[in-house]
Amino acid sequence: MAAAETRIPRPLPKTGRLVLIAVALTFLGLFLVLPLLVVFVQALSKGVSAYASAISDPTAWAAVKLTLLVAAIAVPFNLVFGVAAAWAIAKFEFRGKSALITLIDLPFAVSPVIAGLVFILLFGAHGWFGGTLRAHHIRVVFAVPGIVLATIFVTFPFIARELIPVMQAQGKDDEETAVSLGATGWQTFWRVTLPNIRWGLMYGVLLCNARAMGEFGAVSVVSGHIRGLTDTMPLHVEILYNEYSYAAAFAVASLLALLALLTLAGKGFLEWRQPELRHAARRARWRENS
Amino acid sequence: MTPETRRSGARRVLPGFGLTLGYTMVYLSLIVLIPLSAVFFRSLGLGWGHFWEVVTAPRVTASLRLSFGASLIAALINAVFGLIVAWVLVRHTFPFKRLADAIVDLPFALPTAVAGIALTALYAPNGWLGSLLGRWGIQVAFTPLGIVVALTFIGLPFVVRTLQPVLEDLDKEVEQAAATLGASAAQTFARVILPALWPAMLTGFALSFARAVGEYGSVIFIAGNMPMKSEIAPLLIVTKLEQYDFAGATAIAVVMLVLSFAIMLGINAFQHWALTRHGGR
Repeated sequence: MAAAETRIPRPLPKTGRLVLIAVALTFLGLFLVLPLLVVFVQALSKGVSAYASAISDPTAWAAVKLTLLVAAIAVPFNLVFGVAAAWAIAKFEFRGKSALITLIDLPFAVSPVIAGLVFILLFGAHGWFGGTLRAHHIRVVFAVPGIVLATIFVTFPFIARELIPVMQAQGKDDEETAVSLGATGWQTFWRVTLPNIRWGLMYGVLLCNARAMGEFGAVSVVSGHIRGLTDTMPLHVEILYNEYSYAAAFAVASLLALLALLTLAGKGFLEWRQPELRHAARRARWRENS
Repeated sequence: MTPETRRSGARRVLPGFGLTLGYTMVYLSLIVLIPLSAVFFRSLGLGWGHFWEVVTAPRVTASLRLSFGASLIAALINAVFGLIVAWVLVRHTFPFKRLADAIVDLPFALPTAVAGIALTALYAPNGWLGSLLGRWGIQVAFTPLGIVVALTFIGLPFVVRTLQPVLEDLDKEVEQAAATLGASAAQTFARVILPALWPAMLTGFALSFARAVGEYGSVIFIAGNMPMKSEIAPLLIVTKLEQYDFAGATAIAVVMLVLSFAIMLGINAFQHWALTRHGGR
């Protein structure tokens, strides 16, 4: 490799290379590393005991619990959908497939605020189903069900779009063999397909979960901001911040930043286990359109 | 609408097609299609005159112009620096490269509200960067410039992650051949690399732009949120909702949705065109 480098002239001289690397790292440092760093510095600015008391505050705990609950409902819903959609799209040929893939990506093109608005228009006091819900004393908007629905909407494509290319790459020979040997559909799925796609599945769940726990705009619109009741962690950060409790806001924010770091680490691990996962969704999109 | 298969071989060995496609369609309709159509139906109830009146109100047009303008600038910044970052990550080796590559996804993983307060703390007049820039008379936080900063943060991974796979597939030997034939670095870039990259660049640019237009959480903390000056369109939707002005909120949402869908369809059509013209990559 070193020999080849001396013989063939490199398009870019060494100084040019160093300048490019310096520019890229400065940009990443200013725009990504500094914001991450400032979260932890601000969180600890009033000392460790203030940090500990901000995190152990009962309303902060209620927010943590609600965030976990919402993700624990939203992610499995989108997981089942993702597996079903990937099975239909990857294992079968049908007309309108690329239109279906585009529709699955639709929530990515919708502002989170509009995602929240949608559920207000449906289930709010003046919404389509507002009267029916009130008659049955069911609260959706400004309550947990609305938060869950908005989160499901926003995270809808995450698992499907990672699983579709993974399943397409697996092909269907293994499954066809299993079925021709007498396995039922469920047996084939559990024993053949699932082991094949398990890393891709975890990848999608990881990304979906990160967005579900961190979603702000959509949840903010439908939550009603009732402290201790409909207050997720990101919303709690906002409330504390607007009350000028900066250190406390950053303390709760630091938990979310840790979640982000864990997500990145998990992503790195899964990409190391299965390198094809990297860029799989984007590569597939290019192929789909060609 | 339900797609039916071309029964070319009339032989479908695997079971579950009807079940999984049916479930997919029902779930997609219940969660996404029907709820979204509610926005359009509600706006129909406004009547064209009222709709137009709401949408052309000065405060609304100012917010739309700001949202789309700031997103455009941020996407341009990302197109340039995203290309440099992607290039460096694919082509060069340097210390902590794996870490630099991993951190690119931070805007995907970090909740937007956290990004918002972190950027505000950084760029506020007493913040690490804000105090530095203040000496030059530049104020970022609580001005439209702050919005651009937040939207740049949000959009960066779209450009880098769209360009990386294309760069990895790009043949190094063509560049080396160009260099051997006496092309300068700039010529090689303009004549050899850019023509191969620009479809992916434009896609990354459009994705980052589309995400920025709808962004809310990271912007509202740093923006200052002054009507007519630093109030983005999604924030105006929220404000109108808080005043129980559902008609107004819906009308702005429809304008934003139509524009976003047009961008998304444009991206798909463009990719299709670019790839059929330049051959599958």
